[in-house]
Amino acid sequence: MNSSLTLSITTFVYGFSAFLYLVGFVFRRQTPGVLGTWVALLGLIGNTAGIVMRWVESYRMGIGHAPLSNLYESLVFFALTITLLYLFIERRYGNRVIGAFTMPLAFMAMAYASLSPNISDRIQPLLPALKSNWLIAHVITCFIGYAAFAVAFGLSIMYLIRQREPDQKGSLLDRFPKPKVIDDLTHQMIMFGFLFLSVGIISGAVWANSAWGRYWGWDPKETWSLITWFIYATLLHAKLMRGWHGRRIAYLSVIGFAAVLFTYFGVNLLPGLHSYGAMGQ
Amino acid sequence: MDTKEIPGDSPKPSGLWRFFASVKLTVTLLMTLAATSIIGTLIPQNESPENYRRAFGEFYYRLFEILDIFDMYHSWWFQLLLVLLTVNIIVCSLNRLSAALKIVFAKHPQFNLARYRGDKHKISRKDPRAAQELSPVIEGFLTKKFTYHRSDTTADGFVFFAEKWRWTRLGVYIVHASVVILLIGGLLGSLFGFEGFVNIAEGEMTHTVLLRNSGKPIQLGFDIRCEDFDVSFYPSGMPKEYRSRLSIIENGQTVLQKDILVNHPLRYKGINFFQSSYGELPPERSITAVPEEIDLSFTSKETGMVYNKKVRIGEKITIPEDLGEFEIKEFKDSYDFRGKELGPAIIGTLAQKNGVAVEVVLPLKFPGFDRMGPMINPQRNDAVLISIDDMGSLPGQQTKRFYTGLQVTRDPGVWVVYTGFVLMIIGCIITFFMSHQRLCIEVVRSGRQSLVTVSGNANKNKLGMRRKVETIVDELIETGDGPEDSPVTTDQNTTKDDQ
Ligand code: HEM
Repeated sequence: MNSSLTLSITTFVYGFSAFLYLVGFVFRRQTPGVLGTWVALLGLIGNTAGIVMRWVESYRMGIGHAPLSNLYESLVFFALTITLLYLFIERRYGNRVIGAFTMPLAFMAMAYASLSPNISDRIQPLLPALKSNWLIAHVITCFIGYAAFAVAFGLSIMYLIRQREPDQKGSLLDRFPKPKVIDDLTHQMIMFGFLFLSVGIISGAVWANSAWGRYWGWDPKETWSLITWFIYATLLHAKLMRGWHGRRIAYLSVIGFAAVLFTYFGVNLLPGLHSYGAMGQ
Repeated sequence: MDTKEIPGDSPKPSGLWRFFASVKLTVTLLMTLAATSIIGTLIPQNESPENYRRAFGEFYYRLFEILDIFDMYHSWWFQLLLVLLTVNIIVCSLNRLSAALKIVFAKHPQFNLARYRGDKHKISRKDPRAAQELSPVIEGFLTKKFTYHRSDTTADGFVFFAEKWRWTRLGVYIVHASVVILLIGGLLGSLFGFEGFVNIAEGEMTHTVLLRNSGKPIQLGFDIRCEDFDVSFYPSGMPKEYRSRLSIIENGQTVLQKDILVNHPLRYKGINFFQSSYGELPPERSITAVPEEIDLSFTSKETGMVYNKKVRIGEKITIPEDLGEFEIKEFKDSYDFRGKELGPAIIGTLAQKNGVAVEVVLPLKFPGFDRMGPMINPQRNDAVLISIDDMGSLPGQQTKRFYTGLQVTRDPGVWVVYTGFVLMIIGCIITFFMSHQRLCIEVVRSGRQSLVTVSGNANKNKLGMRRKVETIVDELIETGDGPEDSPVTTDQNTTKDDQ
């Protein structure tokens, strides 16, 4: 049993959990949702074990480093954080409908990591520029922030769906939390994400300063993380203005998450760029 | 703008002031910054004009050029947006700060009993203990969990007020100050800092570097020498480590020596040296022993003839065509030519036809060096030029020689920026996760028992505060005979809300 296999299995476990939550939601049953929680917990254990195994394996190969150095590893960590955050919310708010909107994100992150032909799951040695504790801090904090934004995105989608239909007994939506609660939860997730994104950008800047002697260079990846930060800062302040509650905030949260995804995947499509962690400019 | 709990300051008359104090402007500016920042990621920045002409055609090239699109993050309009944001933050903070300070530094915190009594989320429970029995229990609890509390008597009982974390109202000012500090730090860097680079071959040194943007030379004020450069690879061929051993030399003395790696720069007198690239120089012979005999070639300018001769140290030879006499005086391990290290060299004297004897230097690394002779030494004529021939005959071995590429920067604003970083993190933690919490516990005598009502409020995370009130109720009040004697008010709504 190696880490790749463990993580592949975890992908399916997460998929199954997401499926159970959806079934519980659509057919308005308790049991599938409860099962979904246990399966998600199982996935969480597999996910963690996979990361630890990968770490150990890299040391066995003599190129030991924390498993946070490439796209594959960061996606695996991303899925772990989403699941962790979601289970925390579920415990605190006791609502499993949210699982139907967030666990699919954890599953998709893992599935993309495991199945996409563009992403290699080989354990590779570190390029010189990537040998830095700041980089580890950078990756961890960024992905915790991204995961919080992902959960906020799931909640905002719920909010938008819920808003469209008036309260109505017997409709699918009456199991949703109240819009006010969704809104509040979204805000908490966004504050949490904003803090971690800020720390992520800052640790990235400190890393860049120790590697290349400049803390900010308007490199597209940096710029896109700043754009994401601007969008969520906009959201935090828009909330203070009259008439900016609920829907508009939910739309901003969706746009913010689109910016997260672009920072993460889209930047590599832009013209004239260096790959993740290439040396120098 | 919605000032929430902080009462508005005395109205500032100026319309301009109000414009800059508005959150609407903030939202507009932040969205504009986000949207315009995208441009610079779609159009690569700071490329050569030819590249842009080719990509966009003359018309768009001109248009973009006028709008500074090719260096947009340093353009006047982008900087203007940042300045507007700064003014916005400062004005807005000043506008609200005095009111916030008044609350934070009030000697006697204000509590409005009527407001707590009217709170629709308050929780009331019967407790079997008598009021005077409860008083020390509540007091002990509040002493432990809150930083301030006081009590008052009411018509039929007493009331406790408590609060904590009043100062967290200042957290948001820390965040806003940190943004301004970051921008000031960035400005300091761009005004007083530089970003340059230099390539230094192993064993050589320099005291000038070139600016990245303009290529202008900058004097370091000391010398930096690359003693050694190494690159190592993983079995797969991926680079593993770049290492340069650097020495700082001041007034002829080595004052500092350090190996630098990527992520481990050398810093000296505010100037930072970063490992950034490397390259290989043409292979050269390193001399392991003083050669007995050296093959030299003598080129006559007049006839263009080349004469090859074997020359021994100390032996005088005559050059054909009556071009003079040449003798090798010594062999030097390293030859210093006007402050530049040229490596091992042969030093000889040439007695020219005109009777003047001149020194001739033949650095092994630069076989054609003597061609410069007439330019450097006015007494030297160019009738004959000498170069080392057939380096292969020299004893020694071929070695690879590298140069190290260093990024050289100075940024006096960096510590200001780092201060901003730390403040931003601290400020965000305070603003997001801490709030000014106030609690009111009223006890009303009810026969031998008491009716206890708890309510609380916070300037943020009100839902969290409600949950906290619930746990306080559970912790503090003994419900005695089960739930039926808990005349619960509206709190059922609360719990439903939370699910
Ligand atoms: C990039 C710039 C800025 C950043 C990063 C920033 C950050 C923040 C943060 C994190 C909060 C707390 C939000 C919350 O509690 O949910 C906040 C609140 C606030 N910001 Fe900003 N801000 C910026 C610019 C501005 C500007 C220019 C203004 C000027 C009007 C402003 C006005 C406010 C106000 C009025 C609040 C609410 C304060 C309160 O709740 O007492 N911000 N800001």
